[in-house]
Amino acid sequence: MTLLLDVDGWSGHRAGQHVDVRLTAEDGYQAQRSYSIASAPDAGMLELTVERIDDGEVSPYLTGDVRAGDQFELRGPVGGYFVWDPDVRGDVLLVGGGSGVVPLMAMARQRAADGDDVPTRLLYSARSWDVVIYRDELQRLTGNGFEPSFTLTRERPDGWTGYTGRVDDALLEQVVPGEPAATFVCGPTPFVEAVAAALVRRGHAPERIKTERFGPTGG
Amino acid sequence: MPIVSRGFKGSRRDEGPPDRVPPGQYLTNDFPVLSAGPTPQTRLADWDFTITGEIDELKRWSWDEFRALPSETFTVDIHCVTKWSKLDTDWEGVALDALFDGVDTEAEYMTAYCDGGYTTNLPLADVLDGKAWIAFGYDDEPLDPEHGGPARLLVPHLYFWKSAKWVRGLRLTSTDEPGFWESNGYHLYGDPWREQRYWGD
Repeated sequence: MTLLLDVDGWSGHRAGQHVDVRLTAEDGYQAQRSYSIASAPDAGMLELTVERIDDGEVSPYLTGDVRAGDQFELRGPVGGYFVWDPDVRGDVLLVGGGSGVVPLMAMARQRAADGDDVPTRLLYSARSWDVVIYRDELQRLTGNGFEPSFTLTRERPDGWTGYTGRVDDALLEQVVPGEPAATFVCGPTPFVEAVAAALVRRGHAPERIKTERFGPTGG
Repeated sequence: MPIVSRGFKGSRRDEGPPDRVPPGQYLTNDFPVLSAGPTPQTRLADWDFTITGEIDELKRWSWDEFRALPSETFTVDIHCVTKWSKLDTDWEGVALDALFDGVDTEAEYMTAYCDGGYTTNLPLADVLDGKAWIAFGYDDEPLDPEHGGPARLLVPHLYFWKSAKWVRGLRLTSTDEPGFWESNGYHLYGDPWREQRYWGD
């Protein structure tokens, strides 16, 4: 579920950063969680893509109860490390698992908005084609050096010609020819652990691999 | 006056004792993992721990020497800046007091440095007198690499990014020098009870 927010006095952000959302109940009780920003810095509206965690506290509200025109508090942007560098030279690799693709999408969008042709490969792992976020937009962004590929781990549509199965050494061998200048990996902890370890095993320099991990810890 | 979020009631409000759950935190029973890069793989034969910087003579322990230091088991609450808190976590480690035994320094701060290049800064007063450990065991098991094994700093009274994973040494300094997250938007000190999450808090 994607929310478009009109933020008073938004100072701008860098692709890859997140915000804290704070909700307040009528009696003053508050809950806050962090969400990655999906929009490019100059997109106008701030876009958050939120995955619903059924037994969570904030995501069920944001994905079920919020209506157009509602207000809540935002803090941010936060984080100065897992961010797109517009001056990057050399190939970039983005690897996303599930909703871990959200901050990577902000990077792909910024790259496109800047007219940047830096070679950028996105490897997006999802359970099935139905749950792939931004499917149409990713196809539209393809070209000018941007190359998305998908691997489906559980179900695949009839005639699927993309990759299947988890991101492992063999899959990386097919998708990633050499060592990129910069790599961003985002997703659930086991996904990030597996992908980052496989990249290091291939000889990629750990200091060029930036990771962002999350889990359904109540969000 | 905060904006009231229409229809928001809050489903987890009664979960923890208020004197143990800092403002803005929620309880988790998992042990989430947060790291900025790949998990380092360091062999114990190659591991050492050093205290450097403003100190007369560098101190160094091999893994076996480190493990021969007096260690203790302890149970503490931990608080991550990403909003989760976990109560009653069981650890085994060496108190920093044991490492600083016999160390003479004028330094008032330190930077912990780690495999993978991570750093974090702390006032020395926050790691002595039984307030911090180099932990090597969690829940009666050796500490998992993804949680910082073979050994991590543990400073439970500050946000958990101060409890540096894969720690390899401490550099003593006369000034408070921002570490990795402290240079990337996060608070220089990080007291969860004062919600010192980010720059400007």
